[in-house]
Formats: sequence, structure tokens, C-alpha cells
Amino acid sequence: SGQESAVLSPAKKLRLSKPSKSAALHVDLCKASSSTDALQYLLTFSRKPVEAESVEGVVRILLEHYYKETDSSVRLKIASLLGLLSKTPGFSPDCIVDDAINTLSSEKSHQVLAQLLDSLLVIGSQLPESPAVRLRLIEVAYKNLSDSSFGVRTKCLQLLGCLGLLEAPLGKDTAMRDVQSIISDYFGDQDPRVRTAALKAMLQLHERGMKIHQIIYDQACRLLSDDYEQVRSAAVQMVWVLSQLYPESIVPIPSSNEEIRLVDDAFGKISHMVSDGSWMVRVQAAKTLGSMLQVSPHFLEQTLDKKLMSDLRRKRTAHERAKELFASGEFSSGRKWADDAPKEKLDTNTVNLIASGACGAFVHGLEDEMFEVRNAAVEALCQLARSSPSFAEKCLDFLVDMFNDEIEEVRLQSIHVLRQISTHITLREDQLDTVLAVLEDSSRDIREALHELLCFTNVSTKECIQLALLELLKNLNKYPTDRSSVWKCLKFLGSRHPTLVLPLVPELLSTHPYFDTPEPDMDDPAYIAVLVLVFNAATSCPTMPALFSDHTFRHYAYLRDSLSHLVPPLRLPGRKQVYGLDSVDCGSGSGSVESAQLFLQQSLNRVSTIQNLEAAGAPELLDLTIRDLQRLGELQTELAGAADFCATFLRCQLLLMKALQEKLWNISVPLILKQNITVTAAAQQVLDESYKLEFLYSGLENRQVATIHHVRLQAKALQLILAARTRHGLDSLISSCEKFLQDVESFQRLFLTELPHLQDSFVEKLLELLPRLSSCKPVEQVKILQTTLRQSGLLQLRLPEQIHRATATIIEPTGESDNPLRFTSGLVVALDIDATLEHVQDPQNSVKVQVLYPDGQSHVIHPKPADFRKPGPNRHRLITQVYLSHTAWTEPSQIEVRLLLAYSSSCSSRLGWTDAMDSLHPAEGTVEGTIPFSKHVKVFIMPKPARR
Amino acid sequence: MPEINVTPLGAGQDVGRSCILVSIGGKNIMLDCGMHMGYNDDRRFPDFSYITQNGRLTDFLDCVIISHFHLDHCGALPYMSEMVGYDGPIYMTHPTKAICPILLEDFRKITVDKKGETNFFTSQMIKDCMKKVVPLNLHQTVQVDDELEIKAYYAGHVLGAAMVHIKVGSESVVYTVSVNKYAKSHISAWIDKCRPDILISESTYATTIRDSKRCRERDFLKKVHETIERGGKVLIPVFALGRAQELCILLETFWERMNLKAPIYFSTGLTEKANHYYKLFITWTNQKIRKTFVQRNMFEFKHIKAFDRSYADNPGPMVVFATPGMLHAGQSLQIFKKWAGNEKNMVIMPGYCVQGTIGHKILNGQRKLEMEGRATVRLLISFALTKRLIHVGKLLACVFCFHTLQLDVKLQVEYMSFSAHADAKGIMQLIRMAEPRNMLLVHGEAVKMEFLKGKIEQEFSIDCYMPANGETATVTTNPSVPVDISLNLLKREMALGGPLPDPKKPRTMHGTLIMKENSLKLVSSEQALKELGLNEHQLRFTCRVQLQDPHSDPDTLHRIYTHLKSVLKGYTIQHLPDGTVMVESIVIKVSSSAEDTNAKVLLLSWSYQVKHRHCPCSRLSKLGQKHNRLKT
Repeated sequence: SGQESAVLSPAKKLRLSKPSKSAALHVDLCKASSSTDALQYLLTFSRKPVEAESVEGVVRILLEHYYKETDSSVRLKIASLLGLLSKTPGFSPDCIVDDAINTLSSEKSHQVLAQLLDSLLVIGSQLPESPAVRLRLIEVAYKNLSDSSFGVRTKCLQLLGCLGLLEAPLGKDTAMRDVQSIISDYFGDQDPRVRTAALKAMLQLHERGMKIHQIIYDQACRLLSDDYEQVRSAAVQMVWVLSQLYPESIVPIPSSNEEIRLVDDAFGKISHMVSDGSWMVRVQAAKTLGSMLQVSPHFLEQTLDKKLMSDLRRKRTAHERAKELFASGEFSSGRKWADDAPKEKLDTNTVNLIASGACGAFVHGLEDEMFEVRNAAVEALCQLARSSPSFAEKCLDFLVDMFNDEIEEVRLQSIHVLRQISTHITLREDQLDTVLAVLEDSSRDIREALHELLCFTNVSTKECIQLALLELLKNLNKYPTDRSSVWKCLKFLGSRHPTLVLPLVPELLSTHPYFDTPEPDMDDPAYIAVLVLVFNAATSCPTMPALFSDHTFRHYAYLRDSLSHLVPPLRLPGRKQVYGLDSVDCGSGSGSVESAQLFLQQSLNRVSTIQNLEAAGAPELLDLTIRDLQRLGELQTELAGAADFCATFLRCQLLLMKALQEKLWNISVPLILKQNITVTAAAQQVLDESYKLEFLYSGLENRQVATIHHVRLQAKALQLILAARTRHGLDSLISSCEKFLQDVESFQRLFLTELPHLQDSFVEKLLELLPRLSSCKPVEQVKILQTTLRQSGLLQLRLPEQIHRATATIIEPTGESDNPLRFTSGLVVALDIDATLEHVQDPQNSVKVQVLYPDGQSHVIHPKPADFRKPGPNRHRLITQVYLSHTAWTEPSQIEVRLLLAYSSSCSSRLGWTDAMDSLHPAEGTVEGTIPFSKHVKVFIMPKPARR
Repeated sequence: MPEINVTPLGAGQDVGRSCILVSIGGKNIMLDCGMHMGYNDDRRFPDFSYITQNGRLTDFLDCVIISHFHLDHCGALPYMSEMVGYDGPIYMTHPTKAICPILLEDFRKITVDKKGETNFFTSQMIKDCMKKVVPLNLHQTVQVDDELEIKAYYAGHVLGAAMVHIKVGSESVVYTVSVNKYAKSHISAWIDKCRPDILISESTYATTIRDSKRCRERDFLKKVHETIERGGKVLIPVFALGRAQELCILLETFWERMNLKAPIYFSTGLTEKANHYYKLFITWTNQKIRKTFVQRNMFEFKHIKAFDRSYADNPGPMVVFATPGMLHAGQSLQIFKKWAGNEKNMVIMPGYCVQGTIGHKILNGQRKLEMEGRATVRLLISFALTKRLIHVGKLLACVFCFHTLQLDVKLQVEYMSFSAHADAKGIMQLIRMAEPRNMLLVHGEAVKMEFLKGKIEQEFSIDCYMPANGETATVTTNPSVPVDISLNLLKREMALGGPLPDPKKPRTMHGTLIMKENSLKLVSSEQALKELGLNEHQLRFTCRVQLQDPHSDPDTLHRIYTHLKSVLKGYTIQHLPDGTVMVESIVIKVSSSAEDTNAKVLLLSWSYQVKHRHCPCSRLSKLGQKHNRLKT
């Protein structure tokens, strides 16, 4: 409500005659016959915001009532209101500090006292620049620290933590002890809440930049074994902070003469907390471990240590067995009975049952009962592994194990983690086997994360490649929708391991040295998958193409054209480079982008030579350029957005140009009608396109937006001219003229900074003529508009750094099914929708699903925010269900499903318009609409009549 | 000194027949009442004659607490309550109460109907016994009587298993069964830091530290998956309760996750009923199950269907859970015989198999089994058909002649251990969490206990006991005695000033302790007098100081008065007209002896209270001596 009042404040100034808040409150409070009444008034009062200038008055009245009030609940409410009111923006609470502090002295109720201190804390944090106020508040806190109520002590500590002086006051007040030592006295308080508050206050001091003394370390460590979880949790944080501050200090190990680094000691202690009784503490501890990067490798590796025993005999872990099995060259043999039989006898003295220190912390964390802990442990493992390759190697087994966790989030998390550390590691065959088993998971997120992981994985042997390919093909078979993801995965697998793929090629392509083998089916996704692997491997392995058979070359040519993003250009022996395109692509990737960029710029420059909309030959040039740009967008995916944007913009210009052609406007009235229709359509189209330009593309700068609005203004002018020509009602003309002038004004207001760039444009001329326009008659206005519009020059488009078009692709339903979805009419059927969205900002609010029924009915469905996932930057994934229903049909028919991008010009916050401006011009703000931005997909449905 | 006595009647340095007597604060409690699976005679039940030779147990026991539904923890219950005679309350958790009678009935059927034993408890007795059960909720404190209270904590292990915290006054005992969660963790069930006097724990796996369960689960699932993929059938012999449900959920989720279609069957009978209870007590299960419960009940299996005998011959892959677990009889054996001949198939033994059972034989790698009796005939014929042998006549002759036949075991045999018992680490974890003052181990082998005992004593430096059956472990306690204190007295003490109470430092105060009707009260002395109707007696101490002074008595007194006035600043000193000087409440009189007028006797008199307060009287008496010296 505070913000609201700030927004409203200028508007409210006009209504000064209204009785002030404070007066009203005063009357209310005086009227209150009992404390219950008073409380009621205060409650209703606190719901409404108070203007900054009347806060002080309100506070005075509240305080006045405070001293009179006997009921502590009312005083409590007043105390809380003090805090609330001092937060009012634009109000500086220094004038009420003294009054607020004075209330403390007479207060008997501990609850009210605590609330008053809380309000003082608010006041104090509102006045960060006033050391005097701070000193006073700290003094107050010191005085009340010995209160018998935990609530008061807690608040005092909070106050000290938030406001305590970072540097000790120079000499003058020796009675004031060091804040830290005072706070640390309360580490031993009898109330756990106070102990927690003391730790939190210390952490607060740290956050504010105070250097915490090292003596605190021992005290914090003692609190790690506190009875209460919130204390332990805060203590873990405290120990962590100190370990970051004094990593290299040396601390003694109790009951021995040895000494270790503080960070190692802390690491050990926090590791111990991973097996705490409370899961909250365990999560906290596991998370914290991840950020202790300075720990010695020796300690780090202990966290993965586990010793097994059975009947006092040492037992090998499954990991060790797997490793041995691998080393002995035996793979995937069935488990023999008792091959995990315990081996050597253990010395009872060496068995460490309660793992002290860092021993096995992660082993515990990863096997915790609560998935939150497991997730935190995986995360921490990731952070540590990223900074230590040797640790990454060691934790591999554990991470791979997590792929089989029972909770999907944990599985997903561990796949992501492995992907992040994949640069450090090479997977063993048995590990890869476990990893690949996850490919059959029914969750698409998991499978895709795994594909992503495989893209970045290094494997060690050719068997691994074979295994991966096999499993991926199985995956493809089971989930055909994964097609593109699997292909992409194989692309990287191939280009990463050319030498491992080479020996497999004859087998993969089933070629034979003597016999011709039948030509595989080119449409088979599995065959394409194999080819993608082979071709990508062949890029860096020139000997490979020699193994191809004839049809492979043909297929290469076909795939190179149809799946150019998956199949790289190959230098094939004895073959001409037939494709002009290839020569462009063969250069280094960045170079080609640069040249394309150059081309784009040149095209735009060429267009900019057009002087005005009536220039001769301009339409042809525009036409040509638009075609060029469109083709460019198709070829260069990096520039697709920019090219598309330019093309659309130029198309708008072209449409305007055609609509304004002189000969159209000089024909006689009877013919006007027909011609009007085309021009009206053109104007409408330009208007629509302008919205697309504004909302479909991301990365626009204010300048481009101005240009777009300019186009829109032109379209509106055109509409106005048309309206003047057809309609004869003068009233409607007057109102449309006024509306247009308003538009012009708002344009001027919004893009004041951009106006210098809009030289010689329609709007500039318009603004020059504005005084004349607003004074003359509508008919004249229209005439002026017409000439201005026709004479104005073509606005030059300047491209921003990055520009992307929002796109959406519906993956599911595929629209290929011939089997209609049957359901009983009047009931609903759920249709699964799976789509990827690229470069959509805030999809939760803007993306909608539209369903079009054959009878023209259309439904727009707004998916739930939870249906959107974010698999990568600028990429979203919509997985949702829409419910279909209809009355009975005689035969199945197709409905169309597509995605819409909803926009509303009032919420285009990316321009940085403040809310205030919005609220000032509500009439201008709200143009809402939707842009279809995906291809539609047809789905067969068949509502059957209900059986009786 | 008060003491707690713990006497195991069963499970003392032994596995099975859990039954532990605890006497604490004058209350006698029986923890668990189990039977021993290994015996068929009297030894299978605990020796209740230890408690009383004849007569009912009700007079000697305050309550019985059952930790979970395994028969070695509840098998002797109807025998004790109905045949020996006990009418007091029996406490167990809701799931235990639900499942326990099923198992008891099953147990009774096997012993009476199959083995033909007599003198065993009847179905009616089980029902009567169950009527005496009072169900417990987790974390609910139940007042057994005015002094004895019990509280149950979640213990994992099997559905409804609980740890129990037993408390009389400030003495307490925690009893826990094999603590371990459903899932993987070493981190076992959670308990308050209740610092009991004794923690009684099972120690079956005292010398074992287990590997992560995840690896075993993955192995298990992979095996099943591979077999299914190549079109084979998987047989998983299980016992009806606990592990079976765990494996079911594991497979069910896996099927869901991997989108598999092959059917999973669960053999009928006992298990269905048990599954029903698992459905009901969903809140007693692990996080995963509880989490998914919002969408659907995990025990409403989507992929798992009831098994029918005829399904075993269906073509195509399938997974079948069948009882019993050791392949010694019943459905699991029948199915095993049907499938044993095909190398594509697989049998997974998820638990331990007793020697002599087929399960034990095949686990030890025996590939040829000799079958006996009627079963063989049917087996023979089915085998004959599958192997397309036509010499039926010869085969039948074979049966009549030898009565045994060899069965070739070609299917794969796998062993997966999914024990739910706590390992050594789990027990240590629990000790760390509860911080007991003493530890007592039961339900384990003596040698293994010895090891764990040593470890516990070394790590936590607390005493650890491991009594044998019938042996009593005694722990002396140091209970704190609660005393009510009157608010007025406290306030008065506060008003006297001094630092705020510090919980770590004792502080003395004055008051009167009244012991009345079993309660202790600390009140001020005035109130005590009033309550007890006594008169107040003043106790005064007097002291004589001799001094030589030639002046007359009043003069001497005056001199003393002026002297004191100069010396004792800050005290009120009055010279009273009746010839005394008062320093605060101390009275000073002067009298001269008859024989020597110069020898004056100074009489000091003060009350009892004054003596202990910071008072000037000691200084006064010293002063007197000084004065004396001064004069002489």
C-alpha cells in the first residue's frame, strides 16, 4: 500500500479540501468507548495508506492515545502502526524518534515493548544516514537487553545486528562495549529463540560488512550441538561465515596436539551436521558445504568415503565392485551368488562407526530420506566438483547413482549437475550404461536433460558409442516425439568422437566389402539418426567417406539440404561443391554471420535511398529487398529475427506506399468504393503488423519502438483520411480527428528523446503543423494530413544489437494422427499440448492456446504458470492440457490448435515507462490483442452423441 | 537411590522372542511379547512364570507395549493375555493393531491346522486379546496412569513400527526396534533429544554397515527390466508383509517411470488384505509415497494386478510376486516349477533362505533339484508337454517307481538383500540424537553385541548393558524432585536484588519446605507457620564481652554509643531510653558485675535471622574486643 500511496500522491494534492487523515483518526479514537472499539478503528485505519505529509500528525495522535490507553493490545497495535507509518515513502521518521523512544520507559507489557523495539528498528533502518539516531537506538537496545522476556531480548539483538556501529565509536564512550562481544554473550542465553536471534544478529553484522572476530568461532561451534534446530541451523551459517573469513587460521584439534586449518575444521564440523536429526539443518549444512571451495582436497575426498562391513568383515561397495569388474574386462555379467561376500576381517579398533568429521558426509546426504537434502547435496557436489577435477572424477559414481532417485526433481538435478561438470570427466562403460538406462524414462524433461548431457559427454571406447547409439535408437522407437532431440544428441556425439565412430562405420551403415546391401529407407528416423552420427564424425575424419556406399552420398546430399542444422558440410572426395550455399558455409561460422550481417546492412542502406513514399521505382526496390531479407532469414538462423523484423517493417512501408499512390486518390467518387476496400485493408494490415513488430520481437530499443509507433501513426492517419472520404457524418469525423491528435501528442510525449532521430519524417512534419492542425477544421486537417503523409520520407531503420522473433513450435499434437479423439458430447476431453517457445518474455502471462472448431467457434485458453518450464536461456517449454468439448457431430472433423501471444500496450514495461505515466493516460494505454505466433496444428476429434 | 531394572525374558543376547520387562519408578512394563520361530515347544514363548508362578499377570504388570507387527515381537500376545491371563492395557500403533491379528491368525492356522498342534490359542482368543489393545498415535503422549506416560515415535522399519518413550516422573526409558527408514538412509528415524536414562535398542546388524540402498535397488530394477525386455518372466518369492509392499512400490514406480507395459501380478490371499491396510495408513510411509499421495494412493497400484493360477501359463513377459519367500511350498513353488526350465526367466530371492528350502538350494548354485510327492506328477506332465516328450506311460512309470524326479533349473537365480534392519551406524545415529545416559542392547547375537557395546562405550562414554535372558540390568538414576514454589517468595527474592537467575548457577534462598500429601512446596516461613498453625518462636543469640571501664554503666553505654556511631557509618544506631543501644536489630546492654565495678559486661543479643545476613554483629563483637584493648 505504501507504493500505491506514492503513486497516488500527486493526484491527491488536488483534493486538499478533504479532511485530513489525522483529524479523522483523532475523532474516531475519541469516539471509541472501549478499547475493543479503539482496536477496531485502528485496524480499519491501518488498511488505508496515509499520505507522507500527514504521517507526523497521525503519529502524534496515536502517541497521545497510547499514553491514555490501558489495554495492552491497543498499545501493541499502536506500536506496530508506528513502524508501519514510518515506512511511508516520502516521510522521514527522524521527527518521531524521540517520542517513540520515550514510550519505552513507561511500558510494562513485554509484548508491547518488543513491538516498540521492532518499530524502532524500522525507524532506524529508514534513517541510515543519521548516526545520532543510531547511537540512541543502540543505547536503547543495550538497556533492554537484560529484559526477562525473550521477545524483548530478541528484538534488541535484532536492533543491534541491523544498526550496530561497524567501527567502534572513537574512545569517547568506553562504557559501550564492542557490539560483537555483547551479542556473543547471548549465545548462551537460556531461551533458544534468543540464541538464534544472537546468531542472526551476528550474521547481519557480517552482511553489513563488519569483520567478525575469530573468537566467535569456538562459540559458534559449540552451538552446533544445541538442542534446538533453529539454533543449529544459524550456527552452521555462522561457522561457514567464519570459515570464509579466516580460512587459513590454524585451530587445534581437541584432545590431541595436532592443528589444522580453520576452513578444514569448519568443513568437518559442517559435514557432521549433514547427519543431523533435523532435516532443515541437514539441508542447510549440505548447501553450505558446496561453497567451501578452499577446503583441502584430502578433507574433500573424505566426504565420499564409505566403509562397509558385514559381520566385522570388510565389504566392498557396489561402486568398487563395478570398477573391478570393468578393470578385469568383464562386462555386465550376471551377478554371481555371493560375489559381494565379505572379504578380509576388520580390526575392531579401526572401524569408525559414528563418522567423525567430514567422513562420508555426501554419502549420507545423497542417501537422505528427504529429497530436499538429497537435492542440496547434489547441488553442493556440483559446486565442489566444478572447482576440483579430481573430486569430480570421484563423485561420478555417486552422481550416476542419483539418476535412479525416486523423486524426479532429484534425478533431473543430478543430470544437470553431471552436464555441468562433464568437461572434467570421461564416463566408464558401466557408468554410461546406468546413465543410458534413464533414456527410457517417461518424463520428457528427464530424457531431454539426458540428451543434453550426452551432447557434452566424453566416452572412452567405441563400445560406449555403440551402446549410446543403441539406447538412443531404442529411445527414438519408444518416444518418436524425441526425434529432433535425439538427432541433435547424435550430432554432438559424432563430432566429439570421430575416431571412435570410424571403426563402427561399416557396421552402422551395414556396408559390405563385396556385396551390395539394400538401400535403407530414407524416411526412417533411426536411419537418419545413424547418418547424423556418421556425417558429423566424418567432418574431422577425412578417411571416413571412403567407407560410404553410393546411396550414402545421395542421402548426404538430401539430408544436407533438408536437415542442414544437423548435417555439416563435408569435403567429399571427387565431388564438386555444387551448392553455392556450401561455399558460404564452409568459411568459419562467425565469418559467414558477419557477411550476412553486412548484406543485411547493405540492403537497408539501399532502401534508405528512397526519398519519400512517392518516389519512382521505390515499390520494386522494396519488393526486392523484402524478398532478399526473407531468404537471408531462412539461411542465417542467427539473423532470422533481424531479417524478419526488417522485412516486416519494409512491408509496412510498401503497403503504405501502394495505398498512397496518387492515381488511386484522383479517381472519381463512384469508383472509390472498390478502391477504398483495398486501401482500408492495407491500413488495417499495417496497423496489425505494427503490433507484431512491437510485441513479437525481443531486444528492441526505444528507438525502434519509436519507429514502429511512427508506422502505426501513419496507418492511423491513412485510416482517418479514408474515413473522411467515405463517411459524411461530421461528428464522427471530428471525434476521430481529435483522437488522432491525441495519438500524435502521446507519441511526442513518449518519444521525446527520439524525436531528433526522426528527421524529415511524417511525425516531424506533423508536429511542425500541429498548432495549425489543432485550430483548423476537420476537413482541412484531413487534407493537410494527406499531403504530409504523401510527402514524408521513408524512415530509416536502425537495427539494434540483438533482435529475436518470438516463435513457437507445437511438438505435440503432431497433427499426423488419423485416429479421431472420441468423446461423448457435452463432456470434455483433454488434449495434451507440448510446445517450445523461443524468445518469449514472460510467457506465463502472454502465451495462450487457441482452439478453433470447424463451426467457427474459438476458445482461448490461458495455461497455468506451472505449465511453463525454462530449459534454457530465451527458451521456454509449454506442456499443458486443454479441454475440448462440443455438441455431437455426425463424423470426425478437424479442429485447429495454435498459440497466441497476447499483448497489451499498457503493460509494455520494457520501455521503462513508469506506472505513473500509465495512470496519467489511461485512455491511450490499453490496446490489447493477440498475435498468432505458431503454425496451427489440426487434430481430429469426434464428439459422439450421449447414449441414453 | 532409585533404580531402573531391565530384564529380558526373550531376546537377551538372542534373536527372536522379544520380551523385555522394565520396572521404572515402581511401574512394571512389558515391552513386546514375541515368539521364537526356531522352536516348536514351550521355548517358543517367553517364560512368563518369571513374573508369577500362578495367578494372573494383571497384578504385576502396568501395561504392555508392542513395537511392531512382526511375530517375533507380538506372536505370544494372545497366549499371554488369554491363556496366562492379563487384562491390563496393551498399547500399539494403529497399523500394528490392524495387521497384527492377520498375522496371528495366519500363524495359528499353520500351527494348529497344518501341524495339528493342540493347546494353542484360538481365533476367539486373538479377538479377545485385540479388544484389550489401546491404539497409539505418533507423538501422542498417553497417560497410562497418573505417573506413567508413554509416547510413540516413527521408527520406519515396517509399517507402523514405533519407538516408545516411557516416562515416570523424571526417569525415562526409550525402547526402539530395528530403526531404519523405508528408504535408503543411515539417518534413521527421528527422536527428540529426550535424554532418557536407558535406551534399549535392537542390535541384529550390530556388526554391519550397509551400502547405499540405491545401488541395490538399481541392480534389482535393471535385472527385472532386462528380463522383461527379452521376453522372460520374473518370479519374486516374498513374504506377505513389509518387503513385498516395498518392492511393489519400487516396481510400480519404475513401470510408471519407464512406461513399461508388461503385467505385474501379486499372488492373492493374505497380501491383499495387508495391501488394504497399507492403503489406509499412508501417512506412516515414506516421503515419496506421502508426496505422491496427493495425486493418487501409491498402494492403489496401477500396474500391479491380482494373480490367478492360470496366468502362469500365459505367454509373454510378466513379473509375479508370490508367497512364500523361501520357495518351500505354496504358490511361489508352483510357479517356480513351471518356469524353471526356461533360461529366459528369472527368479529373484529378496531375502534370506533357511537351509533345506529350495530357495537355499538354488541360491547355492544347485542346478538340479529333486522333487517329491504329488506335486511331482503334475510337474512331470507339464514338463513332458513343454519338452514335447510323448512317452507319458514311461514317465508315469517313472513316478511310481522313484517318486522323485529331477528338475533342471535353467532360469537365472538372483539374490537381492533388502533388509529393513538398522545397521550399526543407524544405532549410533540414534544414540547421538537421543543422548541417553545408559544403553542397553537386545535382540542380537552376543558376539556382535560385544563389538557394538565397545564402540558405544568408546564413542559416547556411557555405560552399555547387554543382559542375557532372565538376567537383570540395573541402572541407578538420579531423578530430580520437582518442588512447587510460592510466587510471593520468588518475588521477594527478586526484590532483594542481585543478578537475574542464571540457569547454570545454583542460588540459595530462604524458605520453608513443606511435604504434604506426596507433594513438595517451598513457601515463606510466615506462610508455613500459618498453614501448619504453629506459633512463631524467636531464637536469639547472646554474647558477653568483658571490658574494663571505670565509668558508670550509663556512661559506658553512652561511650559505646558514640564510638559505634563514629565507626559504623551507614547503620542506624539508637540510644534507647531504657538503657540499651540498638544497632539495627542488635541489642547492646551494659551491666557491671557485683564484685568489680570496673569490669563491665557488655551484653550483645541478636536474632537468628540476623546471623546469616550481612550484619554488623561480627564486626561488633570484634569491635568489642578492640574496644577492650583500647581501654586497657
